[in-house]
Amino acid sequence: MKFAVLVFPGSNCDIDCYKAVEQTIGEPVDYVWHTTTDLSGYDCIIVPGGFSYGDYLRCGSIANFAPVMNEVRKAAEAGKYILGICNGFQILTESRLLPGALLRNNGMKFRCHQALLEVVNNDTPFTNQYAQGEVVDIPIAHGEGNYYCDEATLEALKANNQIVFRYVAGANPNGSAHDIAGICNKAGNVVGMMPHPERAVNQLLGSEDGKRMFTSILNAWREQHGAAING
Amino acid sequence: MKARVYVTIKQNVLDPQGTAVQGALHSIGFNEVEKVRIGKYLELDVDTTDRAEAEERIRQMCEKLLANTVVEDYRFELEG
Amino acid sequence: MAQQLTAKEPTPQQIVEQKLYTQMGVTDQEFELICGFLGRQPNYTEIGVFSVMWSEHCSYKNSKPILKKFPITGPRVLMGPGEGAGIVDIGDNQAVVFKIESHNHPSAVEPYQGAATGVGGIIRDIFSMGARPVALLNSLRFGNLANDRVKYLFENVVSGIAGYGNCIGIPTVAGEVMFDESYEGNPLVNAMCVGLIDHDKIQRGVAKGVGNPVFYVGPATGRDGIHGATFASVELSEESEEKRTAVQVGDPFMEKLVMEATLELIDSGIVLGIQDMGAAGLTCSSAEMASKAGNGLELYLDEVPQRETGMTPYEMMLSESQERMLFVVEPQHEAQAKEIFDRWGIICAKVGKVTDDGRLRLFHQGEEVADMPVKALVDECPVYNKPSSEPASFRESAAVDTAAFDEITDLNGALEKVLASPTVASKEWVYNQYDYMVRTATAVRPGSDAAVVLVDGTRKALAMTTDCNGRYVHLDPEMGGRIAVAEAARNIVCSGAEPLAITDNLNFGNPEKPEIFWQLEKSADGMSEACIKLDTPVIGGNVSLYNENAKGAIYPTPVIGMVGLVHDIDHITTQGFKSEGDVIVLLGETKAEFGGSELQYVQNGVPSGRPPAIDLDVEKQVQGAVLSAIQQGLVSSAHDLSEGGIAVALAESCMSGGKGANVSLTSELRPDHLLFSESQSRILLSAKPEQADALTALLSEQGVQHAVIGTVTGSSLTINVNGKPAISAPVLQLEKVWKDAIPCLMK
Repeated sequence: MKFAVLVFPGSNCDIDCYKAVEQTIGEPVDYVWHTTTDLSGYDCIIVPGGFSYGDYLRCGSIANFAPVMNEVRKAAEAGKYILGICNGFQILTESRLLPGALLRNNGMKFRCHQALLEVVNNDTPFTNQYAQGEVVDIPIAHGEGNYYCDEATLEALKANNQIVFRYVAGANPNGSAHDIAGICNKAGNVVGMMPHPERAVNQLLGSEDGKRMFTSILNAWREQHGAAING
Repeated sequence: MKARVYVTIKQNVLDPQGTAVQGALHSIGFNEVEKVRIGKYLELDVDTTDRAEAEERIRQMCEKLLANTVVEDYRFELEG
Repeated sequence: MAQQLTAKEPTPQQIVEQKLYTQMGVTDQEFELICGFLGRQPNYTEIGVFSVMWSEHCSYKNSKPILKKFPITGPRVLMGPGEGAGIVDIGDNQAVVFKIESHNHPSAVEPYQGAATGVGGIIRDIFSMGARPVALLNSLRFGNLANDRVKYLFENVVSGIAGYGNCIGIPTVAGEVMFDESYEGNPLVNAMCVGLIDHDKIQRGVAKGVGNPVFYVGPATGRDGIHGATFASVELSEESEEKRTAVQVGDPFMEKLVMEATLELIDSGIVLGIQDMGAAGLTCSSAEMASKAGNGLELYLDEVPQRETGMTPYEMMLSESQERMLFVVEPQHEAQAKEIFDRWGIICAKVGKVTDDGRLRLFHQGEEVADMPVKALVDECPVYNKPSSEPASFRESAAVDTAAFDEITDLNGALEKVLASPTVASKEWVYNQYDYMVRTATAVRPGSDAAVVLVDGTRKALAMTTDCNGRYVHLDPEMGGRIAVAEAARNIVCSGAEPLAITDNLNFGNPEKPEIFWQLEKSADGMSEACIKLDTPVIGGNVSLYNENAKGAIYPTPVIGMVGLVHDIDHITTQGFKSEGDVIVLLGETKAEFGGSELQYVQNGVPSGRPPAIDLDVEKQVQGAVLSAIQQGLVSSAHDLSEGGIAVALAESCMSGGKGANVSLTSELRPDHLLFSESQSRILLSAKPEQADALTALLSEQGVQHAVIGTVTGSSLTINVNGKPAISAPVLQLEKVWKDAIPCLMK
């Protein structure tokens, strides 16, 4: 299975995503520069966190127009797996691959700390190794993680089981609608989330709960290609 | 030609920054302020003399990049 | 040589007649020297260049005699003071690069940008050596947090540090924040950066190879920060607010790009010399690069990318626009260098040439507009041996009995008061604004004694901390200097690391006052003594003087930034109690010492007497024993005692670990004295019951005074003194007081 970690000017968590893939599942992974015009060789594309283009104008607004995003759109349509983390989630909403928008944290401050998330939908390629309703410990680090969508969109997300992660009750760090921490598209192959699973793959660094997102995706791919593993 | 673009957060979207500024104004004695909403102001120097074309193209700029129409409204003025 | 004039620019004669050089901080005697070196009167550009090169900030003319006291060599030291940052070997062909720097004056006037650009500047110092920055720390001082202006400065300095560090993707992992009235008009913002490098990639800021081209990379130059170096070399006053234009504005996104491109360039092996443009921008970097190579430099100012129109040579040379670097390669490598910067979208312009005449020559619009000897700029600034005089108050303070206060009977109340004091209170409000996890290497996060960052690909890690108690230094600069270094080392050791070396930021008042200069001398003596005893040489640092205003000077605050080596990740230790039943051991001796203590501050508002005494031999012994014990796997938690003494240290270990403790202490001291004294060289350990005997045996063997004082148990902190209850409080209650203090004040 081949992974691409996109790198925009200003991306920071590309190294962490690359390390996470190597350390959790050991599958081939490449850094892919934002000017690339061919992602067809990759099965999973990770859009990492950071401050692409300095977060100028709006987070992810300028990355949306990078040449590689055309390829990401094609890959999403072709059913490839796309994971947007933090700034990656912001880029996916700006590109309309996911609905809604990420606004400034309601407390107006950047927040970095562990976060307890509920796995609401364990039926996506990224969450099949978790139990439904399981609570996992995955850190956040963002200033604009307040997920917003209008009423109609929120109803649709609920109805189509597109909410993947929610902050546990009472622990919403940014005011996001319905405590949403991560969502997926209707087809379920594109997931965006504000917390950083790549930072939760090593107990020495605080938590291992993010590991199973990577084993899930490998599992999903293998099932698609005929050989499942356990996470 | 100069375009002045105003990007504001949609009325029905919570604006915690505006609320924070309102609180700060109250705390320094400006209690008459009932509401504050914070937006963006952009100035574009555009190399054209065709007003109609400029309007259409600025509108496209706003739709595509300058405003996120999911959460923001925009309006603009042209001069020159 | 033609004279470059605008309608406004003064002539050499006007400079002399109107003594314009004094506005730039140049004295009459210095001006005469400059004329001597030039063999004529300087023009406006030249006097501008000399004024910044000869400012205290760039030349250390007042502090050189002090800096000479520091031990700067050691078996692991690969590079001492003099370059962008110092370098220490950590084995396996790897080295750690680190330095601390201040941005005090700009932060007092424009706190967000002052702090942000301070962070930007120190990061550049690290990657200009070829090192990948892996961590940031900061040491902050503010006035009393009840004051609105102090709140404003505090809030915006923290935002600025967060805004810059988070965007560039380097984790801010540790630091300290201290609050005291003495810093009210002069906040201190010291930023430290730590990087990793392989030995063979180490770069120097030298303009090597006569005839080689000199390149400028980074954003275009504007008029920001002109005379920033001079601004840093004077006291603050009401006019300082007007000097707001002298504060530079930072762009962390740009620096991220410049950093990645620069590291890629250095990795390619073609760089001969590279230096960042920090204080005094193009002037300082070009002069220093030429000086270190023993060469000269020509600069073609028309080639300097400019974002304003009509910039004069004076403005271009003095501008402190951020995120710019200067480097030298051989001519055949120019295309390779340019390709790297093009790909990252950064301007790379050829702006000069290395020469062999030892002069810095500037050309603009077809004419030579300045011609100065490099040696005069860099080496010939006079060094001043300021008079130093011990204040009467120091002699008198020896007689003060700092333990002479009415016995505190409400010890629970006293503990809560000290925990709620902003200097001691939880700094979570601060560090949760910093991304301390990016790069996935932070093994110990903010909140323990020191941060620990893994060295990827090895089983090693780096422990790091910043420390200084300004009150102690104020009461006794020599003792305070010793303690600052010792405390830093104690924190490093408690984290399971071997202290390696320090970087220091000397923050003092006006050195032209003999009593301030005395503080500088004495604290440097104390620091040096401790550095020698504890084997932590000074590999670089920064001096920030003139931190005073009409109300007076700050407490002398020599901030110590220390890095240690964790030999194996199994040694990583944190301060929180770990398991029910663990045995608690207290190392060291407690006397009734309250000078400069947090209790004294909470009670009286001002420090008095002498600070606690430190015996560096005892300190070395205690630290050595603790490190051995940790390395032998005998220790579950380790925490050094500092502000608030035993009571606070126990509370902190309980809160960090989420566990209670049952402790019994015996002493001839009064309970309040025993619990809150700030005697030095004391450490709180805990160990699994099955390890306790081996631990105490090791401590006895090493001659370290110690006592088993209790067990980790339940959810309350209970301390008995001489059999009588002294403190009893649920840990959650203590934690509420401790965690809420700063957020409440900042609402």
